[in-house]
Amino acid sequence: MATVGRALLILGLAVAVYGLAASLYGARTGRRAWVDSGRRSMYAIAGLMTFAFLILEVAFLRSDFSYNIVASASSTTTPTAYKAAAVWSTQQGSLLLWVFLLSLWSSLALFLTRRRVREIAPYATAILLGFCSFFTLLTILFANPFSTTANPPAEGAGLDPLLRHTTMMIHPPMVYTGYTMLTIPFAFALGALITGRLNSEWIQVTRRFALAAWLALGIGVLLGARWSYTELGWGGYWAWDPVENAALMPWLLVTAFLHSIMIQEKRGMLKVWNVSLILATGTMAIVGTFLVRSGILSSIHAFVSDPTLNISFVVLIAVMVISSVGLVTYRRVELRSESQLDSLLSREAVFLLQNLVLVALTAVIFWLTFFPLISEAVTGTEQSIGPPAFRPFVVPLALVIVLLSGIGPIIAWRRVTVANLRRSFAFPAAVAFLTLVVLLTLASGVDTHVFALMMFCFGAFTLAAVGQEFWRGVRARRAMTHEAAPIALISLVRRNRRRYGGYTVHAGLAVLLIGVAGSSSFQHSRYATMKPGQSANIGGYNIRYVKATASPSAQKITFGAVLDVTKGGHHVTTLHTTYGLYPSQDASLGVVGRFFNSGSVESRIGLHAGLFRDIWTVVNVGNVAPLQSYITKGDQLFAGAMAAVQKAPAAEQQSRLNSLYVLRDQLIGELTRRFITHPWPVQFLLIVSPLVTWLWLGGIIVAFGGLIALWPIPVLARRRVRSAAYAARLARELA
Amino acid sequence: MVAAATVVLVVSAPFRRAAADGAGGTDTQDDRSTTEVAELEAAREAKYREIRDAELDHRTGKLSDEDFRSLDNSLRAEAISILKALDRARES
Repeated sequence: MATVGRALLILGLAVAVYGLAASLYGARTGRRAWVDSGRRSMYAIAGLMTFAFLILEVAFLRSDFSYNIVASASSTTTPTAYKAAAVWSTQQGSLLLWVFLLSLWSSLALFLTRRRVREIAPYATAILLGFCSFFTLLTILFANPFSTTANPPAEGAGLDPLLRHTTMMIHPPMVYTGYTMLTIPFAFALGALITGRLNSEWIQVTRRFALAAWLALGIGVLLGARWSYTELGWGGYWAWDPVENAALMPWLLVTAFLHSIMIQEKRGMLKVWNVSLILATGTMAIVGTFLVRSGILSSIHAFVSDPTLNISFVVLIAVMVISSVGLVTYRRVELRSESQLDSLLSREAVFLLQNLVLVALTAVIFWLTFFPLISEAVTGTEQSIGPPAFRPFVVPLALVIVLLSGIGPIIAWRRVTVANLRRSFAFPAAVAFLTLVVLLTLASGVDTHVFALMMFCFGAFTLAAVGQEFWRGVRARRAMTHEAAPIALISLVRRNRRRYGGYTVHAGLAVLLIGVAGSSSFQHSRYATMKPGQSANIGGYNIRYVKATASPSAQKITFGAVLDVTKGGHHVTTLHTTYGLYPSQDASLGVVGRFFNSGSVESRIGLHAGLFRDIWTVVNVGNVAPLQSYITKGDQLFAGAMAAVQKAPAAEQQSRLNSLYVLRDQLIGELTRRFITHPWPVQFLLIVSPLVTWLWLGGIIVAFGGLIALWPIPVLARRRVRSAAYAARLARELA
Repeated sequence: MVAAATVVLVVSAPFRRAAADGAGGTDTQDDRSTTEVAELEAAREAKYREIRDAELDHRTGKLSDEDFRSLDNSLRAEAISILKALDRARES
């Protein structure tokens, strides 16, 4: 089937190139059949890539080690669900997933727009097919997932232990969905620039894809943070890693775009800004893909560097930037605003300010992410940058964003009178002030964390503002329809999904950032080396190491610890944390040693998550020195026994080897159990962190709000009523 | 081979349909009027949304009666001119 897979890729590339040419020819000559044929090429590629991806999935599920990437990233002992997810743990498999998702979402977009934006669509189709051609070519030439070996190994290397986590099965496809969907508004924006059709139609057509990309990328980023918090064993959820930043930057830009397009739709303003923003977003999505694949910046998430692949990406990014800048400059006259800002006291003004802050935040993150490369280019020495470099810029900008998230919903479009402004601001401002007073009075130590205190107050302002908007909306609806409050709320949201979906997102963002501020400012963290029976204090809690656990198995050796958490003498929770060692494939480490001195480790945290406080711990049993003398002796004995087996008659060798393996497993079991019978001191990382749950809750609220906004708006009276007077018709259609 | 044949069938369908309909020429004129109608429909939907937003802003107390009346009148006038242009485009 590998040959079929390769053939499908080559066929996919041929169809993409044909479709690109057909779309351009159709667009230039006005021949609809060619345009339709170009669009259908994308459908065909989606079918071919689905088939190719399924072939690869089946190879992983069947542990077919004749495929090189199956042998390198899976094994017979890998659980089935992780075998399926192992496809995108490799450079080759993840590139195929990229092309597959790109063709799928592009097909959907082109199908939904097949009778709209007829002048723009052929160019957008050609651009999307250009992306398909590029990534398929990369897959064929530099990262072929269907390369095979004539002598497959009996067992694969297995999936990286760090990736054996539920969120890792969903995180990459969500991020890739976000990246690939962002190419759709990019393609339509370029199409609009090429054709000069620069009114709000292309925005209406692609807005939903920008929103879906925002949602998918946001969920992907959040899942990545959750993985980091529960799997990586350092207790944090965001490390300002280049690959993390690469996903965050287009998300910030598309957030700005989703707000500023409302101004263009309503007022015909900000055309240059909007088109530039979405072109930058699409380019950043490719930059993000490049960072994951290139390894040019040091990251735990990046694949191994490949210079040829890197050059190809740099060329693509250069083409995207040059064509974007060139076309925006060429169309600068048509992109002039149709109207001007009426007042600085208007929602448009707030959106503008929010856009500037989001773009500034992206620029800061971009600069600091690429600073190591820039410093190397200028000084010849790569200077690494850590999270402390980001905080002085990101924290104040995040504060402004939260505050604007509260102001935006309570301020009207076009202009606002001071009296209305006062009435809208009174309640949220009072809630923010009350929060400040309560925190300063009741919470000790909060006054020394000014930024966190401000975030709590601004977050309270935003939550109150959004709550007030929902309440006022329900009240207005009830006054009109006399519905019960819950029905009025559902009707209100159903009829105004964009508005109330957006408000829900704002509330979720406030909750999320309150969680970030609380957990990063008031975290207690310490290392403690303990033996069973010993205890350590942290953040007002006493954590006692009760007992050691250990379990050897064919796949890994797992050491663990059970800890009892008390506060003021009262039991709070029991935590169980483990440290898994996967056997190395390196025979030079010794028959026994390769089980204990492996570089592949997997930490399982002990976590007690609460609404206001998380108690988090992880054990590190990397030090197996107390076992080393036994391991060395075992290696020597087994090395001698193995040499003896090789001298035995060929017919007896396998049975003797099997007996040796049984003995080896018994020895490993005994050595592992010594962790229980003769426990040695091990190191724990102990963290007590407030409000982390708010981060996840906020993320869920944001995603829920995004789904509300994404849900299709009911068709509102699109009938043509020719006989009626226009004013009456307008009233009827608006009803 | 099956995949290649299927791809050819999918991609060539518009040409077969065009040949069956006897339409071998360009569709530029049709496209232009369709595009104009689509643009005006998009403008109409945006204007309707703006009117509804203003109504909701008024009902939720963000716009005074006076501001709302003036805004609503101008938005409705803009909407009516879009509707007129839309009808003209459809008739042409």
